[in-house]
Amino acid sequence: MPVQSVPATRDRGIDRPSGRPAPRSGNRSKRTRWRPVRDQSKFEAQLEPGFAEEIAAEVEGGERLHQCIQCGTCSSVCPLSAYMDLTPRRLIAMARAGARDDVLHSVSPWVCTSCYACTIECPKQIPITEIMHALRRISLREVTYPRRFITPVMTREFVDMIQDRGRSTESWISLNLYLKTKPTELLKSAPTGVRLLRKGRLGIRRESIKAREDLRAMLKAVAS
Amino acid sequence: MSARSYAYYPGCSSKGVGRAYEESLLAVFERLGVGLDELEDWNCCGATAWPSVDQDQAFALAARNLALAEERAAAPGPVDLISPCNGCYRALLKAQRALEGHGGTVEKITGALSAIGLDYTGRTRVRHPIDILVNEIGIDAIERAVVRPLSGVRVASYYGCLLVRPYATFDDRHNPTSMDRLIAAIGGEPVDWPLKTRCCGGSCYCGGPVIGVMPEATMQLSHALLREATKRGADVVATICSLCHFNLEGFQDRMTRRFGHPHDIPVAFISQLIGLALGIDERRLGLHRLLRWRLPERTPAEVEGGAHARA
Repeated sequence: MPVQSVPATRDRGIDRPSGRPAPRSGNRSKRTRWRPVRDQSKFEAQLEPGFAEEIAAEVEGGERLHQCIQCGTCSSVCPLSAYMDLTPRRLIAMARAGARDDVLHSVSPWVCTSCYACTIECPKQIPITEIMHALRRISLREVTYPRRFITPVMTREFVDMIQDRGRSTESWISLNLYLKTKPTELLKSAPTGVRLLRKGRLGIRRESIKAREDLRAMLKAVAS
Repeated sequence: MSARSYAYYPGCSSKGVGRAYEESLLAVFERLGVGLDELEDWNCCGATAWPSVDQDQAFALAARNLALAEERAAAPGPVDLISPCNGCYRALLKAQRALEGHGGTVEKITGALSAIGLDYTGRTRVRHPIDILVNEIGIDAIERAVVRPLSGVRVASYYGCLLVRPYATFDDRHNPTSMDRLIAAIGGEPVDWPLKTRCCGGSCYCGGPVIGVMPEATMQLSHALLREATKRGADVVATICSLCHFNLEGFQDRMTRRFGHPHDIPVAFISQLIGLALGIDERRLGLHRLLRWRLPERTPAEVEGGAHARA
C-alpha cells in the first residue's frame, strides 16, 4: 500500500477529530458563525506555487513576500488577528506555499482595517497591508470572497456610490447596508441614528460632485 | 501674521458625522490668521475600499484632488493641500508618492487626468492640519493666542493609526508627540499613554456610522483604548479623525452594556479644544454636536498640586 502523505500540521485543531479549530473560550464562540472553517492542510500536488508571483505583480514591493522569516511580528501587532481565520503570518506562509484557494477564501483580508501596524513593524519590510488589499482584489475578481461577511458588501456599496456621485454619504451607505445584510438590526440602531440626526451629524441629502461625467470618464480611462 | 492660505480638502465625513471637526478647524485657523479654501468640486479620496477593488482607479480618484489643488495655485512651486481626516490623508499621500515616480501607472493616471482636462505635474504636497499647526504656525504662536487656558484638564491625545503610518512625514511613527505639544501649549495636561496610535476599529464601520461592520471587534478595540485613557486619569480624549471620533464616542453606551465597564468620557476633536483655549464661541466649535461633553472644574490648588492633590 502506498504511504499516504501527511497533511501539514496546523497551529490548532490538529488533534480534534473534526479537524476544525477548537472553539475559543468565552464570547468568542459566538463569532464562529461567519468563519469559513476549511481544511487548511494541503497535499503538495494541490498547491499552486505561482501564487506568490501573482500577488507580487499586484503590489509594489510584493516580491519581498519571499523573504518572510515567519517571525510572527505581524500577527502579534495586528489588533484584529484574533478575529481572523488565518493570521497574517499564516496567510503569508500559505500564500507563499501556494495554497491559493484557501488564502482567497479566507476572511482575514476582509477583517483587516488597514491600520498598517504590521507593515511598519515587519523586519523584512513586506508591504503586508497592501498585500491584504491585493488579496481582496483577487478574491473579488474570482468571486471567492466570504459570502456572508459584510465587508465585501460594504466595499461594493461604497464603490458604487462614489462611481455614481463622487462622494459618499454615510447615512445612505448605512441604510443600504442594513437593508442588504441585516434588516432586523435597523431598529436596534435607530436610536443612535436619531441622536446623530438631532445633532446635525447625519446628512439626509446625498452629497454629489458637479463633474460627475468627468469622474466617470476618468475612471473609465484608467480601467481601459 | 501674514495672511497665509491653504487649499483644503474636507473629505466626505466632515460633511456628516465629523461636521464639528470642520467647523472647529475653520474657526481655529481663522483665529490664527490662516485661511483654508475648500477645494472646488473635490471628490472622495477612495478610502481603503477602492484599493480593494482597483488600485489604479483609487490612485486616479485621489490624483484628481491633487490636480485640482495644483490648478488653483497660480504661482509655481509646491502647493500644500490640507487634509484633516486621517483616512483621506493617507489615501492622498499614497497617491502623491505613487505619482512621484515614473512608469506605467503614472502615465496611465496622468493620461486619464488629461482626458478630463486636468494636468498634474506633481507639485501638490498633502499635509495634515496638525503638521501645519505645529510646524508652520508654530507652538509659540498658538501659546501666545491662548486667552482661556485649559488649566488642569487632562487630555489623552489619540493620534489614530493613519497619521503616522505607513508614512511618518512629520512625527515619530511609534511615539508621536505633536498633539501632546499642542495640548501643553493650550494649558492642558497631556496624558502619557501607550495606545496613541493603536487602531480604534473605526475602519470596521467605515461608511456606516450607525452599523458597525464588525460590532464585536470594533467595540473590543475602542473599549481597550477608552479604558486605558480613563485609567490614566484622562478627562477627555482628543482625536484628529472623524472616523476615530465617532467610533470612540458613539458606542460608549453599547460598550458599557457589553463589557460591564462604565464608559463615560467625552471625546472631542483637538481643534475644538484649541478653539476653547483661543476663546472661540462654543457653538462655532460645534461642541453642541458632541454626544457627551463636559470639562472638569478644578480649583487652583488641584491644578497646582497635580495628581497628588486630586488623589
